[in-house]
Amino acid sequence: MAVVAACPTCAGEVELVEGTEVSEILECPECGAELEVESLSPPKVVDAPEEEEDWGE
Amino acid sequence: MAAPRIGMLRSLVRPEEKLLLDAFRARQVQVDSIDIREMVVELHQKDYPWDVVLERCVHHSRALHCLKILNDAGVHSVNTYAVGAVCGDKLITSSMLVKAGVPTPSVHVAFDEESALKAIELAGYPCVLKPAVGSWGRLLAKVNDRDAAEALVEHKLLLGTYHHAVFYVQKFIEKKGRDIRAFVIGDRCVAAIYRDSPHWITNTARGGKASNCAVTDELAALAVAAARACGGGILAVDVFETPEGLQANEVNYTMEFRNSIAPTGVDIPGLVVDYTLAEAEKHRRS
Repeated sequence: MAVVAACPTCAGEVELVEGTEVSEILECPECGAELEVESLSPPKVVDAPEEEEDWGE
Repeated sequence: MAAPRIGMLRSLVRPEEKLLLDAFRARQVQVDSIDIREMVVELHQKDYPWDVVLERCVHHSRALHCLKILNDAGVHSVNTYAVGAVCGDKLITSSMLVKAGVPTPSVHVAFDEESALKAIELAGYPCVLKPAVGSWGRLLAKVNDRDAAEALVEHKLLLGTYHHAVFYVQKFIEKKGRDIRAFVIGDRCVAAIYRDSPHWITNTARGGKASNCAVTDELAALAVAAARACGGGILAVDVFETPEGLQANEVNYTMEFRNSIAPTGVDIPGLVVDYTLAEAEKHRRS
């Protein structure tokens, strides 16, 4: 069952649907902020880290 | 026989990591999802609880150092530290491709401001200046003339970080709006995409559009040869189509594939997991 976390940027509701992983990257549906799932229980999201120079492939 | 012990080393869980976790679960394989940001290791430690670790970190530097520690402690990884050390540095990758006789564009290297300008002149205009370490097309610069070259070299020196003191100058390949990314798993090129973009940088992370590319014998041979030259494993080979034939450009060791599953119809995460499980069988530690 989906649970809801509060967006740290706009305080909007971010739904953590079933199957969401800790550390998963999500986008706030209200303000578009990129968020990282810090915890599923209790549901908590934080600002995703900024892209760094050695990221990605 | 006991089930293989699998770890997946990651930081952020992107769509790729989520697909991989799903693929492990679909095979009823338990996998430890290891957040590298929470790891604390002592270098004499040997009692790691994994037969194999699938490396999926977004940070190259953290991944590389962690792979070194794990491999030296006897834990096998996909990919290995040695492969990451080659693929994480464009200069070393190019050197390995040249050494192995894999077709690849001409690269001039210089280590000083004046010699960098000389290298650019020797490469000819236009050419491409790349940081040896970096991805997603960051800080790539197409150098069209001497004025641009002088400005770029000065800017790179003033940027300050040490790896901007190594100048990697690649011949510009006229890509006609696309290049190829070929996915190699073990000894097989399992899929490939075209990356189309009106911009000369075609990374899908920069807006390049993915579509299916048939894996021809020529493409498979080049991609597998490039992967082998870099140590082999699970690798994504970026390929240019040139009048002289296909050429390997870069080889990526923590490949992203979210945009490549639908156009190719290939279950890339499933194949990655199957390869990882096979490696775990080969490298059981107890």
